Amino acid sequence: MVFTDIVFYVLAAILLFSGIRVITTRNPVHAALFLVLAFFTAAGIWLLLQAEFLAIALILVYVGAVMVLFLFVVMMLDINLDKLREGFWEYLPMAGFIGLLMIVEMTMVLADKNLHPGQAAEAPVNYSNTATLGRVLYTDYLLPFELAAVVLLVAMVAAIVLTLRERRDSKSMNPSEQVRVKRNDRLRIVSMPAEVEAPEPAPAAEEKK
Amino acid sequence: MQFFSGLFGSYWADVQLVVWTLIKIVAIVLPLMICVAYLTLAERKVIGFMQVRIGPNRVGYWGLLQPLADGLKLLFKEIILPTASNKTLFFIGPILAIAPAFAAWAVVPFDATLVLANIDAGLLYILAMTSVAVYGVIIAGWASNSKYAFLGSLRSAAQIVSYEIAMGFTLVGVLMCANSLNLGKIVMGQEGGFWHWYFLPLFPLFVVYFISAVAETNRAPFDVAEGESEIVAGFHVEYSGMAFAVFFLAEYANMILVSMLAVLMFLGGWLSPVPFLPDSILWLLVKVAFMLFLFLWFRATFPRYRYDQIMRLGWKVFIPITLVWIIVVAAMMQTQWAYLFH
Repeated sequence: MVFTDIVFYVLAAILLFSGIRVITTRNPVHAALFLVLAFFTAAGIWLLLQAEFLAIALILVYVGAVMVLFLFVVMMLDINLDKLREGFWEYLPMAGFIGLLMIVEMTMVLADKNLHPGQAAEAPVNYSNTATLGRVLYTDYLLPFELAAVVLLVAMVAAIVLTLRERRDSKSMNPSEQVRVKRNDRLRIVSMPAEVEAPEPAPAAEEKK
Repeated sequence: MQFFSGLFGSYWADVQLVVWTLIKIVAIVLPLMICVAYLTLAERKVIGFMQVRIGPNRVGYWGLLQPLADGLKLLFKEIILPTASNKTLFFIGPILAIAPAFAAWAVVPFDATLVLANIDAGLLYILAMTSVAVYGVIIAGWASNSKYAFLGSLRSAAQIVSYEIAMGFTLVGVLMCANSLNLGKIVMGQEGGFWHWYFLPLFPLFVVYFISAVAETNRAPFDVAEGESEIVAGFHVEYSGMAFAVFFLAEYANMILVSMLAVLMFLGGWLSPVPFLPDSILWLLVKVAFMLFLFLWFRATFPRYRYDQIMRLGWKVFIPITLVWIIVVAAMMQTQWAYLFH
């Protein structure tokens, strides 16, 4: 057993543990955080495969952006846990059946002899995972890549349009109007004499006291 | 030595590697901690002088021992655990805030050869680490179970996520010029005097990067996450003693990190500004110190932004600027003036 094997088993154990905790923990915020941990360890396993671009992209996109927004929503929701658990036993047979189906499918894929990669080719010394991936994406797979981008754009525009509602009673500010405000719109400078006439000097008699 | 190699057998080489790496990590983190400590003193001194005050001058000559005194004070303070808080996450929060701030330093080169991990995707790695830093703030705010802390953490999370996009786009410009994600190669691409540094052809991106960096680190004028006047101290209002100090350390370590990145990517890193002077790590330190001075200068100069203005600046001003300039750079690279951008 070499060092990388030990690292792999440690990471895999953490990944499995956090994956199970995502669905068993009662607190939704904890579940989201365990999902973050699962992403992290998955990225670590990818790093062991020398797929550094995919590993870092996983952290950057899922941990850095998607899960932050996810946590955002989960934290603000007031979730009634007991209500969520209500129909658990009712749905269990159906869920178990679907789970079993997925396991069977995965085993069939993994057991297929043709799908085994065998020994991976040794990478050259100055091999850059990122550069290779970029070259393939923008030459051989240019069309599917751009199509995926367009689909994402459409989904984004649709999500915004679906949730955009003009409210009549909302009070909003116009920032460009605010930026254009000049001093003279808000402030009036009044010119006054700088000196005021000194009051009459006090009578001499009082001074002597 | 003989005993150890007998003890570990065939793992001896691996163990040696791990120990040697640990020593190198300490050699980076220890000076960093000292820098953080003295940055707090520098901040109080600089802002003091800008406001015609003296600043700390009681502890040691010119207040030089002030950071030590502050550290000791915070160390001996009681860490108060709010009864309604989520205990585990309450302690994980500060750890998650400071860990990425230090982890990112693994790929930062200090010299042509002086780097802990010379990896090809260095820039991506740093981007990933800085984007993870937001979890410390979010978890701290939520685990405190306090309204002010929660509001602060939400503000901070929204702000960091928004400015990260603009920041990521500015880095795209840099890697288009450098043709590499490796930080060492990015610096070497700027060789030959200060007119070769990337801040000239990428000037709009440089400005956007640095302002986004100020926003990312939650510093004034973007410090609505703390907002003393509205939400007391934001996400760390419930923290005391050393737990509070860890947040403080993370903020300053992040400041040094983003200044370092600005220097590496736009200001030629350790390269000297004129060809007849030798390149050295001293140039790097001087440039980073100048960027840090800008941070302090901003804090003493600008009033705090209003929250909607922050969001407008990030989404409607910075992202369009970076997108347009990336297209300009890409187009120029196809013309006869391409040499200007390399």
